[in-house]
Amino acid sequence: MMELLQTLEQTGLDLLGPLWLPLWTVVKIMLIVLPIMGAVAYLTLAERKVIGYMQIRIGPNRVGYYGLLQPLADGIKLLFKEIIIPSGSSKALFILAPIMALAPSLAAWAVVPFNEGMVLSNLNAGLLYILAMTSLAVYGIIIAGWASNSKYAFLGAVRSAAQIVSYEIAMGFALVCVLMASQSMNLTDIVNGQKGGFGLLNWYMLPLFPMFLVYLISGVAETNRAPFDMAEGESEIVAGFHVEYSGMAFALFFLAEYANMILIAFLTSIMFLGGWLSPLPFLPDSFIWLLGKVSFILFLFLWFRATFPRYRYDQLMRLGWKVFIPLTIVWVVVVAAWMQTPLWVW
Amino acid sequence: MEKITNFFKTFLLYELVKGMALTGRYFFARKITVQYPEEKTPQSFRFRGLHAQRRYANGEERCIGCKLCEAVCPALAITIEVAEREDGTRRTTQYDIDLTKCIFCGFCEESCPVDAIVETRVFEYHGEKPGDLYYTKPMLLAMGDKHEEQIARDRAADAKYR
Amino acid sequence: MNFETIVFYVFAALTVFAGLRVITARNPVHAVLFLVLTFISCAGIWILLEAEFLAITLVLVYVGAVMVLFLFVVMMLDINLVRLREGIWRWLPFGAALAGLMAFEMIWVLGSSGASAGKSAVKHAADYSNTKELGRLIYTDYVYPFEIAAVLLLVAMVAAIALTLRRRKDAKSQVVAEQVAVRKADRLRIVAMQSESKESGK
Repeated sequence: MMELLQTLEQTGLDLLGPLWLPLWTVVKIMLIVLPIMGAVAYLTLAERKVIGYMQIRIGPNRVGYYGLLQPLADGIKLLFKEIIIPSGSSKALFILAPIMALAPSLAAWAVVPFNEGMVLSNLNAGLLYILAMTSLAVYGIIIAGWASNSKYAFLGAVRSAAQIVSYEIAMGFALVCVLMASQSMNLTDIVNGQKGGFGLLNWYMLPLFPMFLVYLISGVAETNRAPFDMAEGESEIVAGFHVEYSGMAFALFFLAEYANMILIAFLTSIMFLGGWLSPLPFLPDSFIWLLGKVSFILFLFLWFRATFPRYRYDQLMRLGWKVFIPLTIVWVVVVAAWMQTPLWVW
Repeated sequence: MEKITNFFKTFLLYELVKGMALTGRYFFARKITVQYPEEKTPQSFRFRGLHAQRRYANGEERCIGCKLCEAVCPALAITIEVAEREDGTRRTTQYDIDLTKCIFCGFCEESCPVDAIVETRVFEYHGEKPGDLYYTKPMLLAMGDKHEEQIARDRAADAKYR
Repeated sequence: MNFETIVFYVFAALTVFAGLRVITARNPVHAVLFLVLTFISCAGIWILLEAEFLAITLVLVYVGAVMVLFLFVVMMLDINLVRLREGIWRWLPFGAALAGLMAFEMIWVLGSSGASAGKSAVKHAADYSNTKELGRLIYTDYVYPFEIAAVLLLVAMVAAIALTLRRRKDAKSQVVAEQVAVRKADRLRIVAMQSESKESGK
């Protein structure tokens, strides 16, 4: 795979010269974005299937074999629906908002490594870049809520802004622990830091287990997924920030949410579950492992949604500020002290 | 001691894991979905679907125009006009049911002294333009003629409970 | 003119334009969003200077957190533009004098270190870590200013909370911690009862 890419790059360079570099980058971006879009589409189907199965139903099964063409049907339906712009809305921002929601969640993929050396941009401060990009995603929601000129949308936006800003702190501190353990902000280095002779036991999940949980739960909160989906809150504020959106604009919000879910799943597996490293020392490391770990975490996301009822807002804030932030700060100190002792073997 | 176990239960997310175990078990449970057009759930003989007007075996319509059903209807879906027929009997000239108003409570059926208005097992019907769901006397009688066999069997099955 | 210079001018133009719109936009929410754009294009310029740590931190902290809260507040404000404009002519001379003073100061500071004007930024090797270098500087040469700034921020935070936190005596609120700590045994009592037979049930 890697060799194929390299030979392809070399022949292109010979053929086109300096023009090749931007072209090749665009090709690489496409190679990342298109599979993500496909994964997003099928994640929606997987969600409906998994939740259906947990509610002893069978989920969509009419469109195509096993319902496999359902995402396509949904996509075509949304594409042909009219985008209604409310007359009292702020039009430019109303149209900008879904784009603002989707763009950062795709931009963050630039530094995500899929295998040793298989990364679009091997940035030194990759971890920071990802934090910065995920923190931008909130603008889409806030602008959507404000530009819609609707009280439900506005309430959803306010809830979501407060929630995302709160959980970002806990998330950042959890990542500080990873940062200290790996001594690097480069995601490839972080995975390589989890290498060792013991497979599974070398992963950061073990010494940083509380941080793993905090990161996973904050990730659920950050992506506005159940049980933290107060921003949408179908049963209380009808659909939150995207009440006024229809057709493809609405679909963009959905794409953003699911792309974010996949991103969080990738980051969790890279930072805590050893990325592409195999869990057993005698098996080869491979991209397949990463996919397996990501699928497991995505399944967890769906499992959470099928299991837990929605949080109450004050409890959500309490969990973020009074439980997660103190816990993460304490664990930062614990890890820092632990690393100075010979007991630190990671 | 209990406090300590509770502390660990909270921080190890014991209850959340317990809940997830439950949904996890149901993930593998046998699914109860009924694939509707191909499979159908069994119906009771008391099923309350589309209305019908019945006739006696000699072809005479049962309804005597007593208007009890019109009076009892909670949704005011029934409209009745009565006149004397040439042979001197009391008959309805108009008997309409607006199905968009009807709530399928079955009161009309229960109040009828001669078992004229009944609800059949038919529930797969539709209207394509406004007014299609406004059933008039000939339509109701036609429904009755079509499903008389089933209606009679259901009444017979229900008779001992009345 | 190489590619880098073009990118610089694009970002610089964007920064100036967005900065101007911040003060000329009628709608406060639009103004805040233009401020966000200013920050982002500034971050772009910093990345051109190979200060990627600072650039990303600018986006992360200012755009991702501070401006979100700012927007949050501004969205809920009901600003009366007519009343805002009332005193503009009275305060214009004072404001203009202040602006002139600041512009003069900036020119003075930049002009006195004018030797750096013609220099181009130093290029570093690919493995040069801006973050590591910055960390080394902050925790060695500038450790006191850094710590003092941190303490200052903490004091400001505590002061802000102390100034605004008022507990009303009669206010009713829920204690979430207590609610969460409730166990099944505290609320639920299961009693064994004999089931009644059909005859005695009548």
